[in-house]
Amino acid sequence: MLIEYILFIIFAVIAIMSSLCVVTLRNPVHCAGYLIVTLLQVAALFLLCRSPFLAVVQVFIYVGAVLVLFLFVVLLIDVKKASMEIFKPKHRPLAYGVLAILLIETLVVIFVGGLEKIRLAAPGAEVKVETIGRELFTSYIFPFEIVSVVLLVAMVGAIVMAIDRRG
Amino acid sequence: MTELTNILPSMATVLQVIMIAVKCVIIAGIVMNLPIILVWLERKVAGHIQQRPGPMRIGPHGLLQSVADGIKLIFKEDIIPSKADKIVFIIAPVIALIPAMTVFVTIPFGDSIMIPYINQEVTLYIADFNVAILFILAVGGISVYGFMLGGWASNSKYALLGSIRAAAQMISYEVAFSFAAIGVVMMTNSLSLVDIVHAQDGWFTNWNILYLPVGPVWFCIFFVAALAELNRIPFDMSEDEGSLAAGYQVEYSGMKFSLFALAEYSAMVSISVLCVIFFFGGWNAPIPGIPIVPPVLWLIGKTFVFIYFFMVIRFTLPRYRYDQLMTIGWKVLIPLSLVMILITGLMRILL
Repeated sequence: MLIEYILFIIFAVIAIMSSLCVVTLRNPVHCAGYLIVTLLQVAALFLLCRSPFLAVVQVFIYVGAVLVLFLFVVLLIDVKKASMEIFKPKHRPLAYGVLAILLIETLVVIFVGGLEKIRLAAPGAEVKVETIGRELFTSYIFPFEIVSVVLLVAMVGAIVMAIDRRG
Repeated sequence: MTELTNILPSMATVLQVIMIAVKCVIIAGIVMNLPIILVWLERKVAGHIQQRPGPMRIGPHGLLQSVADGIKLIFKEDIIPSKADKIVFIIAPVIALIPAMTVFVTIPFGDSIMIPYINQEVTLYIADFNVAILFILAVGGISVYGFMLGGWASNSKYALLGSIRAAAQMISYEVAFSFAAIGVVMMTNSLSLVDIVHAQDGWFTNWNILYLPVGPVWFCIFFVAALAELNRIPFDMSEDEGSLAAGYQVEYSGMKFSLFALAEYSAMVSISVLCVIFFFGGWNAPIPGIPIVPPVLWLIGKTFVFIYFFMVIRFTLPRYRYDQLMTIGWKVLIPLSLVMILITGLMRILL
């Protein structure tokens, strides 16, 4: 238990530090690099919660796919120009508004959302892939299907936009 | 006293940790040094295919050639381009190497064996967790950052183009590669590599490659996607020397360059082992009645067949054009693997 506690502190501190770097650094490629570090730390935290599946999927999807696409775009940006750019003053209220909403949301989840009811699985009892699959296809079938339809819409949308651009 | 024993791990745990550490050191040592042999082998294969002897001068049949090359690379001047992003430039080769090595954590080289003197049963793998396949796919995918960041940090057009190609190729073929892994999972009903091998126990007809009619097709999808993931000919668009000089590694020299090479070779070894584990029965002998050859040697032998195959392919096939590469990935492999998932699923339900 003590070792787990120490590991948690290490992962959490690195995650917070690197996510601070993501928002404060000027060079977008460095930001993307720190975002990778943050996501890897979150995966490690999932592992501490005894959910290896979630941890691995986190690395697979976010680090292995989403951020590669991020970097793909960022690599093409003129870094010198991008690192000089700042938020235009007329956009700032919007940014502050989004930040405030996110803050309120997080506080609500922490203090009202019943976070203290969530318990870790007992030591040695990992969350099995079979369990996750069965739950997804029985108890959570409706949200699951909704999400897949949303993804399908996004895919069709991307294709439609690409066809439009060409014609 | 009781508090202390509560905090401190028990003797069995300590022994386990030591065991894992020893296994890690052994595997890392093998994987780090294997490229010395593989580079020599690759040059020999190239030579013999092109009807010349290959390296001959240093050692018997040039065996020490790659050692000499290694010494040369260590002593070479380590150039960092003046306008490069120094830190990223330095860590990029390491980022490429670490995932390629980490994959070996889950690879089983055999079942457990008894070590005679300490009477302890030792498993021939570092970890067997129930999401091992996903772990390999996830970790293997990280190494593309080494190529991307290395190319970007060099501040050179060729390198940047190479890294962008590497990224696009990785993204496209990762899908087909993962589908092939899903196929293996469907055929064997498990995500753990040890269980996948155990599902193929017995005669060679139990191997996944002979899971007719889908097995061979899954193997082809896996193999082609793996070739692309490895950035090897015929899919080595990111280091295409005809159009990009050397792609993402054009500005690298000395040890950093050899770290990229090391990453490439360890990835090749891990993919070859995966081919064997997924489709060719892992450490199982083709006929169960051959007890003389230990299972580990079966695995190593089969793996070397695949490594040799990769090398022969490199010197016999021409390189694809970039748009052909994308066509193969998106319009052939992905639809094919979707159909195969359907067929395999039906076979699992109906048979």
